[in-house]
Amino acid sequence: MNIVVLTKWVPEPEGTPTIGEDGLLVREGADGGLDPGDEYGLEAALQLVEAAGDGEITLLTMGPEIAQAALQRGLAMGAHKGVRITDESLRGADSLVTARVLAAAIKRQPFDLVIGGVESTDGYTGIVPAAIAELLGLPGLTFARELHLSDGTLTIERQTAAGYDVVVAPLPIVITVTAGATEPRYPSLKGVMAAKSKPVETLTLSDLGLSGDDVTPTQTVAEVTDAPPKQGGETVEFDDTTAARIADVLAEAKVI
Amino acid sequence: MEFELTPEQQQVRDLVREFATQEIAPGAGERDEHEELPLDIVKKLGELGICGVPIPEEHGGLGADAVTWALVIEELGRADASVAVTVSVASGLAAGMIARYGSTEQRQRWLPPIAAGEMLAGFGLTEPGSGSDAAALRTKARLDAGSWVIDGSKSFITNSGTPITGFVVVACRTGDDAGANGVSTIVVPADAPGFSVGAPYRKLGWRSSDTHELSFEGCRVPEDHLLGERGRGLAQCLAALDDGRISIAALSVGLAQGCLDASVRYAKDREAFGRPIGNYEAIAFKLADMRAAIEASRLLTYRAAWLKDRGQPYTTEAAIAKLRASETAVDVAREAIQVHGGYGYTEEFPVARAYRDAKVLEIGEGTSEILRLVIARDLGLQPQV
Ligand SMILES: Cc1cc2nc3c(=O)[nH]c(=O)nc-3n(C[C@H](O)[C@H](O)[C@H](O)COP(=O)(O)OP(=O)(O)OC[C@H]3O[C@@H](n4cnc5c(N)ncnc54)[C@H](O)[C@@H]3O)c2cc1C
Repeated sequence: MNIVVLTKWVPEPEGTPTIGEDGLLVREGADGGLDPGDEYGLEAALQLVEAAGDGEITLLTMGPEIAQAALQRGLAMGAHKGVRITDESLRGADSLVTARVLAAAIKRQPFDLVIGGVESTDGYTGIVPAAIAELLGLPGLTFARELHLSDGTLTIERQTAAGYDVVVAPLPIVITVTAGATEPRYPSLKGVMAAKSKPVETLTLSDLGLSGDDVTPTQTVAEVTDAPPKQGGETVEFDDTTAARIADVLAEAKVI
Repeated sequence: MEFELTPEQQQVRDLVREFATQEIAPGAGERDEHEELPLDIVKKLGELGICGVPIPEEHGGLGADAVTWALVIEELGRADASVAVTVSVASGLAAGMIARYGSTEQRQRWLPPIAAGEMLAGFGLTEPGSGSDAAALRTKARLDAGSWVIDGSKSFITNSGTPITGFVVVACRTGDDAGANGVSTIVVPADAPGFSVGAPYRKLGWRSSDTHELSFEGCRVPEDHLLGERGRGLAQCLAALDDGRISIAALSVGLAQGCLDASVRYAKDREAFGRPIGNYEAIAFKLADMRAAIEASRLLTYRAAWLKDRGQPYTTEAAIAKLRASETAVDVAREAIQVHGGYGYTEEFPVARAYRDAKVLEIGEGTSEILRLVIARDLGLQPQV
């Protein structure tokens, strides 16, 4: 079984990222690592391969040199190899461009399953995996909170607002995995050491048969402004009318 | 001169730091309150390879150098001194004795389970009547029909009574020589007949580490449980304590760093008389002094470990590192409480526990007084003992 896990380097989720003059995130020299949201998918992949007793997990990332750190983390957790796509013209790539590039890379080799996180911890678009499914012409099963594989068919519990749906599809497919699905392992020290000798392939756009036109973003950042500061809010003095006033506020906010 | 860690050393440190911050630190206060040794954490540390860091590769460990091991203990000590000492005594002191002096059979039997975090082990030197003066130990072992028969007792033995304790390395008198040359070390399995574990001590700190008095009454173990050469036991133990002192120094550095981190956070946040207390010179300079003392201790600790890795003598350097780092840990923990004011005196903040945990660092594996003796002797002095 061959599984491709989408892997993204993101800035330290608890830090404050730096935005460059072009409105894009400054990645070089920043603190960061493998997107915590991707670790759930990787853990799911590791468990599937362990249960099957064989298989190969390929980490796929698009990003500059710094993205190598995300691959190393995933390799230390147990993935078998990494592929990184990097190209000057990919700077500022939007979700569609990213999906095109990743889909082109996925197609280069036979695969059974593509696993992604629900959304990245920096961009939060949540579009890329579904777009990849579309570009590959495969079913896209999203928000998996539990997954079972048997006889080449994957059954997932798809998290919904009300509960969950059971969705079944034959491989190959693209799925996204929620934070509740797995508990990602820590890499072991031996894993960390072994990761250094695992193969990582670095590809450019031309290696994927893509050209500049394929990667022209359809979406650009026009401006970045600070979020408006929080308003003062309303202080309700404590007296006989307090409870009623709080109820009104909650009703206005459509909370109750 | 080179002050940079190797990429491998950094990676090990980062991984231990991540695990310690996320998985060990959060429950430390509660475990301290209930005197609960976290076997699940030990197991996890084994799975991650952390218990095996100093254990040779052919016995399931990482076979890493002394600097790496110091980094591991430092990071554990930053989160929870009890976990740090538990791992340090099992994988460092006890496993170190087996790795260094054990037969192939002994190594194959005892090292892999310790590396895996499935077994803990102890190092039994101190007795009710002898601590600093280790050569005065009285526990006796005599050979009888292919077995050692051990009689005596040991005090303050870390890791000796846990559910997963595999053995204690016990220093015994095995010869007629009443002095240092009459001592040998014997591996006593936890289930050896005649070996019993007393009630746990009620301790000021290190409360979730396991410490007991042990008694041996006609305790029988097979003759081949002798560790290394007969009559060399005291020398073996003192050599192991040189390594142990580097570990206690590293634990001290970690504990002090944890106190500094907490204090800096608190000083930026807590306001008095209209500004953060960290903006008052009295507090800011205190924090600066804490940092300077910690960094000095850290460098001494890494240097002692580095000397060991280069195969150079390090007995005095290990003593200097342990002396300076342990006293720094006590000072820093005390001042961290001062920075926290009344809240620091409560168990709501980790610095109160750190203060309790720090004191024993000046006692175990060589008291500060004994270390000063070691250092003074290296100056060519012969202070009265
Ligand atoms: C929590 C804990 C865990 C421990 N774990 C272990 C363990 O796993 N294995 C083990 O073998 N031991 C262990 N110990 C024992 C520890 O190593 C001893 O307590 C220590 O070596 C001191 O010995 P002592 O307690 O007998 O004190 P003593 O030797 O009686 O010393 C009492 C005081 O006299 C001072 N003193 C003694 N001799 C001199 C001298 N010549 N000159 C000046 N001052 C002197 C000492 O510095 C100290 O201040 C542990 C102790 C504790 C508290």
